[in-house]
Amino acid sequence: MKNAVDVQNLSKNYGDTEALKEISFSVGKGELFGFIGPDGAGKTTLFRILATLLLADSGAATVEGYEVVKDYKKIRQIIGYMPGRFSLYQDLTVEENLRFFATIFGTTIEENYELIKEIYSQIEPFKTRKAGQLSGGMKQKLALSCALIHKPEVLFLDEPTTGVDAVSRQEFWEMLKRLKTMGITIVVSTPYMDEAALCDRVALIQDGSIMQISTPYEVVEAYPMGLFSVTSTDIYQLLHDLQKLPQAHSVFAFGQAAHLSYKKENVTASEVIRFLKETGHEDVHVEEIKPTIEDCFMELMQGSEQANERTSGRADK
Amino acid sequence: MNQQPIIIVKDLVKKFGSFVANDHLTFKVKRGEIFGFLGANGAGKTTAIRILCGLSFPTSGELSVAGYNVYTQREKIKQNIGYMSQKFSLYDDLTIFENIRFYAAIYGLSKKEIDRRTDILMKKLGLEEAKKKLIRDIPLGWKQKLAFSVAIIHDPKIVFLDEPTGGVDPITRRQFWDMIYEAARNGITVFVTTHYMDEAEYCDRVSIMVDGRIAALDTPVALREKYHAKNMNEVFLQLARAQKTEVL
Amino acid sequence: MKRFRGFVVKEFLHIFRDYRTLLILFGMPVIQLILFGFVITNEIKDARFAVLDLSKDETTRQITEKLTSSGYFRLDRNLNTYNEIEEAFREGEIQLVVVYEPDFARRLERDHVANVQLIGDASDPNTANILVNYASGILTNYLLSMNAEVIPMKIVPETRMMYNQELKGVFMFVPGLMAMLLMLISALMTSLSITREKELGTMELLLASPLRPMQIVVGKVFPYVFLAFINACIIILLGWAVFGVPVRGSVGLLLFESFLFISMALSLGILISCVTNSQQLAMMISLVALMLPTILLSGFIFPVENMPMVLQWLCHIMPPMYFITAIKSIMLKGNGLFFIWKETLILIGFTLFFILMSVKKFKIRLS
Repeated sequence: MKNAVDVQNLSKNYGDTEALKEISFSVGKGELFGFIGPDGAGKTTLFRILATLLLADSGAATVEGYEVVKDYKKIRQIIGYMPGRFSLYQDLTVEENLRFFATIFGTTIEENYELIKEIYSQIEPFKTRKAGQLSGGMKQKLALSCALIHKPEVLFLDEPTTGVDAVSRQEFWEMLKRLKTMGITIVVSTPYMDEAALCDRVALIQDGSIMQISTPYEVVEAYPMGLFSVTSTDIYQLLHDLQKLPQAHSVFAFGQAAHLSYKKENVTASEVIRFLKETGHEDVHVEEIKPTIEDCFMELMQGSEQANERTSGRADK
Repeated sequence: MNQQPIIIVKDLVKKFGSFVANDHLTFKVKRGEIFGFLGANGAGKTTAIRILCGLSFPTSGELSVAGYNVYTQREKIKQNIGYMSQKFSLYDDLTIFENIRFYAAIYGLSKKEIDRRTDILMKKLGLEEAKKKLIRDIPLGWKQKLAFSVAIIHDPKIVFLDEPTGGVDPITRRQFWDMIYEAARNGITVFVTTHYMDEAEYCDRVSIMVDGRIAALDTPVALREKYHAKNMNEVFLQLARAQKTEVL
Repeated sequence: MKRFRGFVVKEFLHIFRDYRTLLILFGMPVIQLILFGFVITNEIKDARFAVLDLSKDETTRQITEKLTSSGYFRLDRNLNTYNEIEEAFREGEIQLVVVYEPDFARRLERDHVANVQLIGDASDPNTANILVNYASGILTNYLLSMNAEVIPMKIVPETRMMYNQELKGVFMFVPGLMAMLLMLISALMTSLSITREKELGTMELLLASPLRPMQIVVGKVFPYVFLAFINACIIILLGWAVFGVPVRGSVGLLLFESFLFISMALSLGILISCVTNSQQLAMMISLVALMLPTILLSGFIFPVENMPMVLQWLCHIMPPMYFITAIKSIMLKGNGLFFIWKETLILIGFTLFFILMSVKKFKIRLS
């Protein structure tokens, strides 16, 4: 079966900054594929290249078998693209925006209404309101409707949930799940680690490189360390003290708890408890836990940072 | 330690025409506390923060910030608070050093004091080498940490952080929160908004705004227990959803 | 085609929704025309002048009468010696002094040359210039009416006034104003509307859609061709109705030249927006690089002939000068295409050049 997106050794520089470093991946047809990574990781650059809006410096990419440079006209017919910034016409009403995007893709709202019905019906009561006056969640629904109105085969959504509250974010992911059942391939990017679990497969991206590509389950399974969740009465002190534990590999705050990673079989929960009691902590709880995507991401980040340090010797810091 | 709350808000109402952005908000923030101010988009958070910072007047209500009255002592308030937001904090076309000096200067620090604090800050952030770099050339993570340090360079009583960690990588986010903890330990009250629900759990107390009202206010642990939720995300979803069905 | 129509509809929605800008666009020609018109005509109503008549014959008496009866000049006093001239000016009420040489009528008859000196108060050079021009126009008029043959007279030659026999200042301003407003609407508005899409990020969506770049550009331009054309008509109509500015030549030709100029300005606007990414920059370029030359270096306010050579050259690479020359020729002289083919060709050249440049510069991708 042909892939929906194929990318081979894609690189892009802006002056001295390497935005993408030899990235390769492929997205299967009908897949919900997520790029997880912070701002500046190269997500937007990648999405723009795939949406035929930017030229890569080297490497090749195809969307539905079409080449992003040569066949850009074809690709523009069959993709839906939602840029990171809210980019609809603020002075036009909800309906006018939708109608405009329908006509420039040579279709009508009525023709593809079925596809967007579930999403659009939520904002339809406000269809005479100007897009600029919508709330964050509604803007996002309108933008998605506009990206979908021509029944694209592949949807590229660049950080659709950034700056949107938790409720709207959850609703948005539910909509993506439903779109997936209609056979649309969805490539989405997000800085929120917890959203990784909602994708079929994810690519963890940082500093222009993909650190790992697999299913969310496999990401968690591949975590090479053991992990404890540790709590005590003083979280701030706890974080500092745990770092002094000789067997500690890394210590990160997770809400009211500290996540302590260690080389497997290196240390036991009771040893950690004893160590903390000795340093004066009270009400200590240590629990063996499964890592979250965020734990994995940070582990991978540290690994690649160390690799960088080894190769480049680190100029500053 | 002084037990008088640093922020006292009683029946704060702010209307824009017939639209009620803040509907009788009442809460107190303790000195040295990390206070999480959460809410959906358009719930009225920004409106409330603007009022607390002395940038706009409330329609009615009694408010005191850092011991000053928001109606009559706005200049005093501004002198005693720091502010940082994700959208704007530092000038892109100035160097790290110039930005620090600029902010120190607008808060009226003496030249000697500016030099001293700038030095300390540069050392602390490990930026001595990079101080001539333009802000636009440094990574987002550094930028946010620097912005926070600059926001508290004049030792304010309260610092307001409006989504300070948006888009920042998870390790830097934690370093950032480390800095927040440190500031709180030094007696600075931290008033913070965020869309990362796990970050809400770093706060001492959290208020959740829904449609202009405070729907819940307590410690994260107490809130989780009250709503039988695994994490703050679930608490938030329950509260926001409940409101939504009520409206529809 | 349907896509294109959809695009144009959207552009019109933007325009009509932004009623403030729309009000300015259509209010401006009216206000500017009336303002300029009245300022100019008022300036020279009842200007006081003095006469130093060293000849005191029938001809000089008649000329003075012509001046006073024109409605623009009022005879304030008669002077007797040269020395009184400076004094008269210094008192500040006299704006022009007319000096006839001795034996004026006789010399005119015998030598066909007689000298009149027109002295303006150059502390206000603009008014002085206008008054001197008007007065010399009246003189020429008088001579023409006296004798069918052209009798050379040594006065300040001012060809600009020749075809403006009723001597209405507003005539000069209608073509200039038209050039300015058309330039403003066309170049400024299109460059703003394209850079606005870049700023908002919507250009990204348009580029990622199957719309062709040509459709985007033409779709952007189309509404403004329409608006600018309406504006041109308003100015011509208003000039005619309020100030009686004639259109002596063919109206069709006049509209054609306007259309040409609008196209030129629009393609310039597109070019500007192709090379800039922010509205602010587009505005600066449009104002500084387009508006100022249109006002200052086109013969609109300052006559090109009186400028230093360097500025004259500059004027010749500015399209507005050709447009103003062309429509003046049509409106005031009643000339046909035969007399303005050079200007027309140059305008066509500019238009093609700018279109070519924009097509070359328009990117099918970001950055």
